[in-house]
Amino acid sequence: MARRFIRRALFCIRRLPWRHPVTGRHLRLLAFAIVVTFVLAVVSLFVGVSDVSLQTLFSTSPEDRPMQVLLISRIPRTLAILLAGSSLAIAGLVMQMIVRNRFVEPSTAGTTESASLGFLVVTLFAPGWPLIGKMMVAAGFALAGTALFLRILRFVPLRDVLLVPLVGIMLGGVIGAVTTFFAYRYNLMPSLLAWNMGDFSGVLRGRYELLWFGLAGTILAYIAADRFTVAGMGQDFTTNLGLNYKRVMTLGLIIVSIVSAVVLVSVGSIPFLGLIVPNVVSLMIGDNMRRTVPWVAVMGAAFVLACDIVGRLVRFPYEIPISVVVGVIGSAMFLYLLLRKRHNAA
Amino acid sequence: MLRNFQWSRPTIAIAILAALALISIVCFMTLGARGSWSFIIPFRGRRLMGLLLVAYSIAVSTVLFQTVTNNRILTPSIMGFDALYVLVQTSIVFFFGPLMLVMLNAHLQFAIEVVLMIGFSWLLFQWLFLGGNRSLHLLVLVGIVFGIFFRSLSSFMQRLLDPNAFQVLQDSFFASFSTIDTTLLGVSTGIVGVVTLVLWRMGHTFDVLSLGRDNAINLGIDYKRTVVIILVMVSILVSVSTALVGPITFFGLLVASLAHGLVGTSKHKYVLPAAALLGVIALVGGQTLFERVFEFDTALSIIVEFLGGLVFIILILRGAAR
Repeated sequence: MARRFIRRALFCIRRLPWRHPVTGRHLRLLAFAIVVTFVLAVVSLFVGVSDVSLQTLFSTSPEDRPMQVLLISRIPRTLAILLAGSSLAIAGLVMQMIVRNRFVEPSTAGTTESASLGFLVVTLFAPGWPLIGKMMVAAGFALAGTALFLRILRFVPLRDVLLVPLVGIMLGGVIGAVTTFFAYRYNLMPSLLAWNMGDFSGVLRGRYELLWFGLAGTILAYIAADRFTVAGMGQDFTTNLGLNYKRVMTLGLIIVSIVSAVVLVSVGSIPFLGLIVPNVVSLMIGDNMRRTVPWVAVMGAAFVLACDIVGRLVRFPYEIPISVVVGVIGSAMFLYLLLRKRHNAA
Repeated sequence: MLRNFQWSRPTIAIAILAALALISIVCFMTLGARGSWSFIIPFRGRRLMGLLLVAYSIAVSTVLFQTVTNNRILTPSIMGFDALYVLVQTSIVFFFGPLMLVMLNAHLQFAIEVVLMIGFSWLLFQWLFLGGNRSLHLLVLVGIVFGIFFRSLSSFMQRLLDPNAFQVLQDSFFASFSTIDTTLLGVSTGIVGVVTLVLWRMGHTFDVLSLGRDNAINLGIDYKRTVVIILVMVSILVSVSTALVGPITFFGLLVASLAHGLVGTSKHKYVLPAAALLGVIALVGGQTLFERVFEFDTALSIIVEFLGGLVFIILILRGAAR
């Protein structure tokens, strides 16, 4: 069964248009990016305080420490990074399509902060709920917060490209202040700080599985990619082509909210990821979402992997949380994108 | 001079604000006081002095920054100036080690920080404002992202420090009005005094500057020199307030917009005192209210951020609607 599946997959891969002058180049580049990501993932498996190397893995029995570390901590961590990185980047991409602005992503639209507020509320009122229930509440809040953001944007008559993220960041600040206020009141500041600071060091087997929802979001985004591309051209255009604009928007919002909530609940927020990865990809290969989705997913995963490895190595044996590393690189990239001579923003 | 005095809207507003500020100061000093006055007066007096300095510095620096940049939305802290101060503080510990902090006199360290701060904020300003005609929204967004960048960079550096040094710095990250660093109070008072004197002497140029660059030059102002001096003064004031309480993003915006709204004119001789008084009312009065009446203390900075964020969104949407 497995063998048949692999043979079928290989057959499909071989049938891809590798030799096509344009698509073939993309495919080869993408394959290269996937290989790089894979190498990074393998590196990530062997970086850490506890000694895990091929040698120790094979020389000791599977019940011994190295194998256990690999199975319980390293593999889940690497998977979590791959899933969180790719799905957050995709969430950013979807958001940029439906808001029609290059500079929005969950953390510049109040989505992350709303999810954080939702998580706080559910922690206060229903601390006994399973994580998935809490995640759903956080996702609900994220959805409401993003809808509020879109609502406010309607009052911006002249769609200034830069005004949109500005309003979003401020809205996030206001919602964040409300969250901080209640967290402070009810002595939940330490937990709030933990959510706001994305960190993969706490990821163990059994504590990251929610992130597979992120993969579901990514696949959904790929299936609906053409719809989002069309929606990115505006309401009139979309309706003209016979698509239900509202339904596409709702689907996008749901993907974005669930991904943000899932990542927030399992590893904490990672700023700017959804902003820089899609922008870099768009600079490279344009805005057709059918083509960009795989790129954005792979690059997002690779970027977070690289940042996490850096964070683990810079101050070995201590770790620097991923959100700090991504925060530095991400805000620097954001500045670059803003100050580029000509920002051809959508 | 008194003979020419007339009760107009600005003067009435300022008189009312002054009365309110006085009331909040008196309440701050006396409310809920138990024990001997010989302890309470110096203890609360020091904190009051700190709050007054912060209120004054933020109000004046914001109003003047808005005059120089010719808009009502940008403030030094929105442009990331106080995050820059935190970064300077962190880099000193980072590059010279925590030993430096112990060996160095607190005043000397403060002096170094202020000098670095003036240099860097001047560079930042020059790059952003004199580098060509950029749209206001771009400037605001760039400023905010710069703030985030500086903050992430400082926290990155703080993570690289060893835990002891981290402890020293950790307080500088969060604004708190209840724990004011009183060691720098004397120096700060002196510095603010000198800054005030300098600004007082060039007070006549402010109104002209607010007409915009071309008009100001036309009316005989040495534009570049005046702007440089004002900006240096603004960076000093930002350093003072950040050193005393830590970074607060929206306080200046809140105070300056309210002052403009209440006074109803853009003459600096009214706006500046009104903004400073509003700052005092908000900080001293707010702190009294939260500490003595509601009994939770650091909440004031959170509420300032909340209200400031709302005002900012409204301002920016209104600006866009125009």
